[in-house]
Amino acid sequence: MTTTVDAGRPTAQKSSRAAGPRRGRPGRSGRAGRAWLPYLLLLPALILELLVHLVPMVIGAVMSLKEITQFYIRNWTAAPWSGFDNYRVSVDVDAPVGEALLHSFFVTVGFTLLSVALCWLIGTAAAICLQDSFRGRGLLRTLFLVPYALPVYAAVITWVFMFQHDNGLVNHVLHDQLHLTDKPSFWLIGDNSFWALLTVSVWRGWPFAFLIVMAGLQNIPRELYEAAALDGAGMWQQIRRITLPSLRPVNQVLVLVLFLWTFNDFNTPYVMFGKAAPRAADLISVHIYQASFVSWDFGTGSAMSVLLLLFLLVVTGVYLAVTSRGRRTADV
Amino acid sequence: MSDSYRSPMAPPRSFLWTRRIFLTLLTGFVLVPVYVMVSSSLKPLQDVSGKFRWLPSGLTIRPYIDIWSTVPLARYFVNSLIVAGAATAGSVVIAVFASYAVSRYSFRGKRVFTVTVLSTQMFPGILFLLPLFLLYVNIGNATGIALFGSRGGLILTYLTFTLPFSIWMLIGYFDSVPRDLDEAALVDGCGPLGALFRVVVPAAIPGIVAVAVYAFMTAWGEVLFASVMTNDTTRTLAVGLQGYSTLNDVYWNQIMAASLVVSVPVVAGFLLLQRYLVAGLTAGAVK
Amino acid sequence: MRSIRAAAVGAVTLSLALAVSACGGGTPTGGGSNDSPKTLTYWASNQGASIEIDKKVLQPELDKFEKQNGIKVKLEVVPWNDLLNRILTATTSGQGPDVLNIGNTWSASLQATGALLPWDEKNFAAIGGRDRFVDSALGSTGAPGKDPAAVPLYSMAYGLYYNKKIFAEAGISKPPATWAELIADGKKIQAKGKQAIGAEGASLNENVHHVFVFAKQHGADFFTADGKPDFTSDKVVAAVKQYVDLMAKDKVIPPGNAEYAQNQSVSDFAKGRTAMLLWQTASANLRSQGMNPDDYGITPVPVQSGTPGSGTQINSMVAGVNVAVFKNTHNLDGATQFVKFLTSDEEQKILNKAFSSIPPVKTAQADPAFNTPETAVLKNTLATSAAALPQVPSESQFETTVGTAVKELFADAAAGRAVTTESVKAKLLKAQQQMPAK
Repeated sequence: MTTTVDAGRPTAQKSSRAAGPRRGRPGRSGRAGRAWLPYLLLLPALILELLVHLVPMVIGAVMSLKEITQFYIRNWTAAPWSGFDNYRVSVDVDAPVGEALLHSFFVTVGFTLLSVALCWLIGTAAAICLQDSFRGRGLLRTLFLVPYALPVYAAVITWVFMFQHDNGLVNHVLHDQLHLTDKPSFWLIGDNSFWALLTVSVWRGWPFAFLIVMAGLQNIPRELYEAAALDGAGMWQQIRRITLPSLRPVNQVLVLVLFLWTFNDFNTPYVMFGKAAPRAADLISVHIYQASFVSWDFGTGSAMSVLLLLFLLVVTGVYLAVTSRGRRTADV
Repeated sequence: MSDSYRSPMAPPRSFLWTRRIFLTLLTGFVLVPVYVMVSSSLKPLQDVSGKFRWLPSGLTIRPYIDIWSTVPLARYFVNSLIVAGAATAGSVVIAVFASYAVSRYSFRGKRVFTVTVLSTQMFPGILFLLPLFLLYVNIGNATGIALFGSRGGLILTYLTFTLPFSIWMLIGYFDSVPRDLDEAALVDGCGPLGALFRVVVPAAIPGIVAVAVYAFMTAWGEVLFASVMTNDTTRTLAVGLQGYSTLNDVYWNQIMAASLVVSVPVVAGFLLLQRYLVAGLTAGAVK
Repeated sequence: MRSIRAAAVGAVTLSLALAVSACGGGTPTGGGSNDSPKTLTYWASNQGASIEIDKKVLQPELDKFEKQNGIKVKLEVVPWNDLLNRILTATTSGQGPDVLNIGNTWSASLQATGALLPWDEKNFAAIGGRDRFVDSALGSTGAPGKDPAAVPLYSMAYGLYYNKKIFAEAGISKPPATWAELIADGKKIQAKGKQAIGAEGASLNENVHHVFVFAKQHGADFFTADGKPDFTSDKVVAAVKQYVDLMAKDKVIPPGNAEYAQNQSVSDFAKGRTAMLLWQTASANLRSQGMNPDDYGITPVPVQSGTPGSGTQINSMVAGVNVAVFKNTHNLDGATQFVKFLTSDEEQKILNKAFSSIPPVKTAQADPAFNTPETAVLKNTLATSAAALPQVPSESQFETTVGTAVKELFADAAAGRAVTTESVKAKLLKAQQQMPAK
């Protein structure tokens, strides 16, 4: 740690110079001379990604062009090629399979947007609240990570327990104690299941945003706040003008991965609803699981996955383009 | 370290009140399910599924004794520790190298690398299951390294699953460490790796710890791959917990008790790591 | 840029090469061998109260087998949640156990994969012949007209469990034998402030098991003789409606049960909140929930006429577990010997007693242990009035689509929406359209 302390001092003074245009390309010959070094550093990651992620994805893409039902899974190289039949079935929105997929897609988009927004809001707010020290801060910080530390299965099962119609805590409070509803509501079936799923997802997800934002807050130089305070900026203005803009690089990645994970989250809906989710909470990952594992049709399941991959690629591309442009102008 | 480092002025009233109300509500939201778990874990089985009451009538510690014999909880726990620990260590080290390369060097294929790595997060995880299993079986047949059914295969899987986010996140954290720091180290005669480990890594400790926590929790909680790739002796906790719910019986109280028991060490680990989460670059500035 | 493209091309080529080599997984033509005659791997399903208890039951028997035959059996008890996925991955990769348990309703689906050893006359002869097994259990081992893909191991059937005390309080002297009686009794019970009958409205399997029986009682089937789905015939619609109407119209199933999928109806019954329950072998479960065996009785599931039998008097599905041999086994003879061992009279008695199921082997059934009032009812049901779920390759899709339809109908009923012949038919039509087109 001493290195940091010693080296940290001059930095703050020189920081105006550091923001020059030399980003990412250190000029010293010692580094520039070793062009192979970055590749060497990337090599382990590259090999693993190729083996565990990319090859299975390619296999998945190949599977999507085949008819892989229970008759062929045993030796699926011999399964007949079906061209784009699996895709045609998946996108034919006039037929039940395509219609169900489209519906599931919309549910997932709505669910994901809400869940990510709430997770990010709560996580960031909590991280900012815990930035200053006060009595009990350490305790709260640990407490807030508890939902993240509980095994998924246990956490979701507990919520299912609480959402029960007859015996659950939620109806006990809303109906028996607060008398907000005329009769107990159903949370695990019917339209309310969407909100129940959202609650569980936010409960489990926000501590992660909290964790990442909290780590990000540590890198904001104190001098910025001091300068702002001298300029007469109040607490709220400091948060708006310094904290949030400084978090942008962290947020860019955080929001993106939260989006991707929530979109593809399997564990929460699966533990909550099992193999068949209510229509209002029919998330796409469970839908695809049902299409492939439960219906034993891995070709169609793979086709749906490839479609999803394409959609998310586009979304990510647009997102990165927009946020990166905003970030560059903000830097200037 | 414990004093406020942000503003020399006292925060305004409005902020304090908003904070108080918000944190109280949030604490309630977090704690209610935890309370339900604790109270259910202390009830006999026939009481658990009854009408919810805030105060349980009869308490018993029986579930906390039974959990060890219903499933081999201790073995699952050790398996989970090994798998999650090894995957975390591997993931962090490999991600640190990769992120350092991306953050500090410009080279051909950088963009392709980062985007490709990110794209792996867009494929539904369940569809990796069969191809990955096939791959592991074939590697096993070709080389004799047993990857399926062993902890090694699971470690490799989780390690890779957590890499993309770890790399992306660490690139961000490394970018925010001023370049002057490591250039100064290079001037002092450190090699690039020396600069990485003596300067950049210490300065990015909060980010690295956050990424490590993420990697650990991902490996700790993953259910689907673990359920297919493990057997009786290598099964992890996340899957093992489902052993309390059998075809005809669901031991609610034991599920809750076991979840709490296995979560205590994890939360304790969080507690220990806390000071690193909030130390780091700013630690230098405070002094 | 050129090098990037070259790298990308290289990566894709490598991936494809790996992908293709990865396909060599199963040995498609392999019919098993005897390469390792001294060991066997056995995947057992979870039959008892917990995995650990199952191991304690099975291990001594495996030791006995080792002593008799010199073959060491490596046991793994696989939780039900994981069993089918494990079998699927084993099938795809060719890397699986030698002997395994399967849910008997999966028989036809797994048979279609060709991964399981067919039990032809020769193989059956090696374990003492087909005739040793009860017919109804044999009916759930694969598609009709094909050699069975598995051999029955444990059998179960549905019965109507009723709470004696609540019945007495409501002035009911004998348990209902027809659905009309059940509804009438239900009204009397509700007048005393208790719930009449429980159901797992959100459990796909339970829903399918029940509507299958109702369809039989209406003289209808979900599949045509040549295996095509036929969910929307008037009789099937009427059958499904009759089941859902127990909640929607007759109101003997409480609306809250529409969301049950975790055996909550069993614990309601054990706690004396509901008076009746349709379940398969619930006794062990009820005991662990703290219910005294003297407090409840068991009687056959009602039929329209009052006397269970064949045809439209069917009152249960054939539930149970089969044992199968994985075709890729390296110890074919050992695997057959092991199945013979598991289905021997002695082991059948020991295992079925331990798991409170019923032996599908005729001679083992004669043991007095299977003559308790509960097992007698279930045994009799199996022998005379139980039918196997459709033995078609798309059975698991059938369970999912129809089970979901019934679950949604229950949700409608619970929310107070009308359940009409049209709405039932619409849901079933949607279910049928989601079946694989064959």
